[in-house]
Amino acid sequence: MEAASAKHGVYILLFSLVTLSRLSHLAASSDLQIVDAERRIDVISHIVRVYLTLKVENTGKSSASEVLLAFSPEQAKHISILQAAVVVGKKRKKSYLSLKVNPTDLPDSPNGTKYYTAYLLNPLKTGESVTIEVMYALTHSLQPFPVEISQSEPQLVYYHDSALILSHYYIKRQKTMIRTPSSKVESFTRVEPADRKGAELKYGPYEDRSPYSYSPVIIHFENNNPFAVVEELVREVEISHWGNLQITEHYKLAHGGARHKGVFSRVEYQGRPSGSGASSFKHLLAKLPPRVHSVYYRDNIGNISSSHLRSDFKKSELEIEPRYPLFGGWKATFTIGYGLPLQDFLFESDDGRRYLNFSFGCPITETVVDSLTVKVVLPEGSKNPSALLSFHAEQNLETSYSYLDVVGRPVVVLKKKNVVPDHNIPFQVYYEFHPLFMLAEPLMLTSVFFLLFVTSLAYLHMDISIRKS
Amino acid sequence: MVAAETAKDKALRYAFGNVLCFFILLLIGVLAFSIRIFSVIKYESVIHEFDPYFNYRVTQFLTKNGIYDFWNWFDDRTWYPLGRVIGGTVYPGLTLTAGTLWWTLNALNIPLSVETVCVFTAPIFSAFAAWATYFLTKEVKGTGAGLAAAALLAMVPSYISRSVAGSYDNEAVAIFALIFTFYLYIKTLNTGSLFYATLNAIAYFYMVCSWGGYTFIINLIPMHALLCIVTGRYSPRLYIAYCPLVVLGTLLAALVPVVGFNAVLTSEHFASFLVFIIIHVVALAYYIKGILSPKMFKVAVTLVVSVGLVVCCGVIAILVALVASSPTKGWSGRSLSLLDPTYASKYIPIIASVSEHQPPTWPSYFMDINVLAFLVPAGIVACFLPLSDASSFVVLYIVTSVYFSGVMVRLMLVLAPAACIMSGIALSEAFSVFTRSIKFQLPGLSQSHQMDAGDSVSEPSGDVIQNDIVKTDRHDEPVKERPTRRNKKKEKENVDKASKPSIKSKIENRLLVLPLETSIIALFLLVLLGAFYVVHCVWAAAEAYSAPSIVLTSHSHDGLHVFDDFREAYAWLSHNTDVDDKVASWWDYGYQTTAMANRTVIVDNNTWNNTHIATVGTAMSSPEKAAWEIFHSLDVKYVLVVFGGVVGYSSDDINKFLWMVRIGGGVFPHIKEPDYLRDGQYRIDSQATPTMLNCLMYKLSYYRFADTDGGKGFDRVRRTEIGKKNIKLTHFEEVFTTHHWMVRLYKLKPPRNRIRSKTKKSKSKSSTATNLKRSGTGKKNPWH
Repeated sequence: MEAASAKHGVYILLFSLVTLSRLSHLAASSDLQIVDAERRIDVISHIVRVYLTLKVENTGKSSASEVLLAFSPEQAKHISILQAAVVVGKKRKKSYLSLKVNPTDLPDSPNGTKYYTAYLLNPLKTGESVTIEVMYALTHSLQPFPVEISQSEPQLVYYHDSALILSHYYIKRQKTMIRTPSSKVESFTRVEPADRKGAELKYGPYEDRSPYSYSPVIIHFENNNPFAVVEELVREVEISHWGNLQITEHYKLAHGGARHKGVFSRVEYQGRPSGSGASSFKHLLAKLPPRVHSVYYRDNIGNISSSHLRSDFKKSELEIEPRYPLFGGWKATFTIGYGLPLQDFLFESDDGRRYLNFSFGCPITETVVDSLTVKVVLPEGSKNPSALLSFHAEQNLETSYSYLDVVGRPVVVLKKKNVVPDHNIPFQVYYEFHPLFMLAEPLMLTSVFFLLFVTSLAYLHMDISIRKS
Repeated sequence: MVAAETAKDKALRYAFGNVLCFFILLLIGVLAFSIRIFSVIKYESVIHEFDPYFNYRVTQFLTKNGIYDFWNWFDDRTWYPLGRVIGGTVYPGLTLTAGTLWWTLNALNIPLSVETVCVFTAPIFSAFAAWATYFLTKEVKGTGAGLAAAALLAMVPSYISRSVAGSYDNEAVAIFALIFTFYLYIKTLNTGSLFYATLNAIAYFYMVCSWGGYTFIINLIPMHALLCIVTGRYSPRLYIAYCPLVVLGTLLAALVPVVGFNAVLTSEHFASFLVFIIIHVVALAYYIKGILSPKMFKVAVTLVVSVGLVVCCGVIAILVALVASSPTKGWSGRSLSLLDPTYASKYIPIIASVSEHQPPTWPSYFMDINVLAFLVPAGIVACFLPLSDASSFVVLYIVTSVYFSGVMVRLMLVLAPAACIMSGIALSEAFSVFTRSIKFQLPGLSQSHQMDAGDSVSEPSGDVIQNDIVKTDRHDEPVKERPTRRNKKKEKENVDKASKPSIKSKIENRLLVLPLETSIIALFLLVLLGAFYVVHCVWAAAEAYSAPSIVLTSHSHDGLHVFDDFREAYAWLSHNTDVDDKVASWWDYGYQTTAMANRTVIVDNNTWNNTHIATVGTAMSSPEKAAWEIFHSLDVKYVLVVFGGVVGYSSDDINKFLWMVRIGGGVFPHIKEPDYLRDGQYRIDSQATPTMLNCLMYKLSYYRFADTDGGKGFDRVRRTEIGKKNIKLTHFEEVFTTHHWMVRLYKLKPPRNRIRSKTKKSKSKSSTATNLKRSGTGKKNPWH
């Protein structure tokens, strides 16, 4: 308790220093200003999603082609995905064009502020303005407090942020809305004008804030939604040109919320499902592609018999239940495997190469994956594999052997940390493959058996006794 | 010209017969394999029960760390704080077999998991066992009997019970090794070939590697050799079959760490050495008899016998004295309970507590070998017509195994192959008699039959006759050189040709003719019997023996219910406790806890240290505080209790509790069985004794149980209301209970901070606990 508040103290000190020192030269150097900013923060699940609408105006003399988005170092660490789009058209015919965004380092950023640069499609000329929508997801940003709870207690969490939007630019008018899962909010820092209505907190509007204004707030509220964290996920996608795509996913699941302390009473848990173990979860929902077949769900000691598969033309839903309900800090490992028809995912590109088009992230809804490894096992004999992703991920090549392989199968390994469901976007793996390689293994088997029969024939027709009679 | 044609015809017929035989064997193998995978289809591909989990864990270790680390493996995850030298105390045959299988598959880049290989090892080896049975029976009574026996063995329920897919236990490969060793022995006996004798020793080595039941072989074969000598059937072939086996076999057996010097030191092996001496004496006597004149021989005999008797008496006296000086007379507990069925229940509760060590009941005979029980006597009779070395061996085998199966229900497994062989012989003989009678009497066939003599009888019976003839032929000239394969075939044909028209066989055939109607009805009844057997076997495989026992299912009006509580608890343990935490439970769950939860246990199913088990038994039957002290002294952090009262799972800890009391009381005398019984009755309701109501096991099992059904506390296993409902725990806390309450896990509360004056008290208490233990170990332990 004390340690936590001390930590907050440091924060507050840190950023008020920033605010005070207000590095004016930086502010002056930018020609942009934000006319209107609206921020909606969604803390309903354990993934914090922030939607930022910025109306940017160019007040400088030259046209600007990039917009800097600033984040406190603490937040920048937890940003899992950041997408920006520019709004085109008026109210009714609004459409969004996504922008390229890159993390950027500025040499003299105050207090380690981190930046992302959004590259505008058309340079913003003097006097013009543009509306940019930014969405980013933060993981591990809800801090359980108290850190340990017993079975009957609800889970309370802290969310730290600033009432003012941290910005590289001058902001004329801004407001922030925070949606909590329920109206049970223990406390929140007041930065007038601030208001709470039911499950929504409102900060602002604040007028005329200079760059790098910061006003830390802490919101302490009840959040009993499942804090499902996959500490490690390995997805293996194996392509067989005989018509099947086999996916095997190895999960290391943990409950990332407040740690469970003391007794776990089955009587309480089963007798009063509402009051006991509110923050625990026992179901997870995995959204799989349609036409999925031979689904299995097991762990290293055997099949887990509690799962349901519902499938229709559009999607398949696999509801899985770990062996035991997960309370705070409890862990479970399991494996999900399924097959998919190849023609839904493998295509031939114009240059004759083949490519696999498959979804990248974790199929389980509302989970954070701390470390995701996607392995695409290409058929034996494929050449020049390359992967195409819309975001950054570590890539390398491996070789794996299975089912009578001689030279091995090339494996494209993609690694990414801190993955959220928003990463469930398709990626492509291109490779060259000659269909003749499909026949290699059947031919090998046939010849082995043929040789076997020939040798036994020969053996039966030979008399190999030493002494002839 | 005609002769040449018939010869060609005959050769074709043989070729056809061989191919048919090959395919029948192949199908029998498929049958043996597929009847055992009901468990995989009905449940899942998972290791079953208790011991297989240990074997699975050992195999995992072997495949991960290699053979050298395996031999030197000291397992600190079990028998805490003693540990166990796995490499030196385990029969490695099964593990090495599965390990080799896995390694081969992986070398071919077939990525099967160790678990899959382990699950399917038993069905594969039962196919092998069926083939070995074919070869053994073929040596005894010919191809027909062989095929019948193999088919019977492929689906004998007794063997299925130990070798369904997932039942990864020593017996699965050991039965194959047993039958194969017997086959090679008979083969050597029939051929006198040193090649087969060497193979026999190697097969025996494999058997020693696989199962403690190898002592059955090393006693049965000497018994048979002795029988042959006594009945005047001594021949050089017997010498070749027996002596290399004893010499090579003993040397090889001593290579297996778990056997080691036991191969020459324990009484189980003495019979073989004794017979080894006797056979040499007999061989010498026959040799001398050959070179001396009858009169001189008589003189020599009297001389040798008088001197020899004196020496023998001396040697035997020394031996007896040596053996008698050891407390158990050199016999291990299990073997002693074989010789004296009442031994275990008298002295070793830990052996008696295992249900598979109990004597079987009559229904279990019917369940496990079914109609074979009726066919066996017929088979024995058939073996005496005519009695050969091989058939006398089979008779001896069935007689001894019937005795052993009567002692321990587990050894029904040894009886099963013998029963299959006997029934195979009986069936085949019966079929041959009936079909022959029909053929003799059918008017159309009898004409051609006269011309073709016994040749038109069905394939198996024909072979039987031939083989007997070949055998008698061999008796005539025992020093014949080993013929090549070709020669043999030719010779066989010659023999056939020579013997076919012989009047003797014709007369014999005529004598065995039965009335036509009787034969047809008898055939029909035999087929019916066989069909009944098949139906029973399939039922046994599908319903009775396929449940993996770690997953339970029940059918009710609203569908299938799965009780997966054991794995739920083990998975919870493995993911949510510290790697080095110690878990105490009754020994039944030791192997599973180490294998599935990967946590250190205090005792497990190996049961090598009675005192340690008694300590856990004592803790379970002590009041909470004393139990906490015992567990605390053993560094235990969690206590696992199996409780079936909610769902009606009857083999739970409360039902096993009396054994804990008995075993605990056997070492620590302050635990007395009568304290837990009210008027000699074991009860848990309000009539139960206060000792019972206050012991740890009772408390842990029924803690908060009454809350589940609104304060009634009705135990669905014992069908009664529990005696004490408001149970408070002061030294333990519930940390996990599975969905159906079948496994309950408790954590030991940390010792309270005490003021100084009390620390002394607690110290003295804990020291009494250790004193108790020490006094326990000081007691004579009947297990050793």
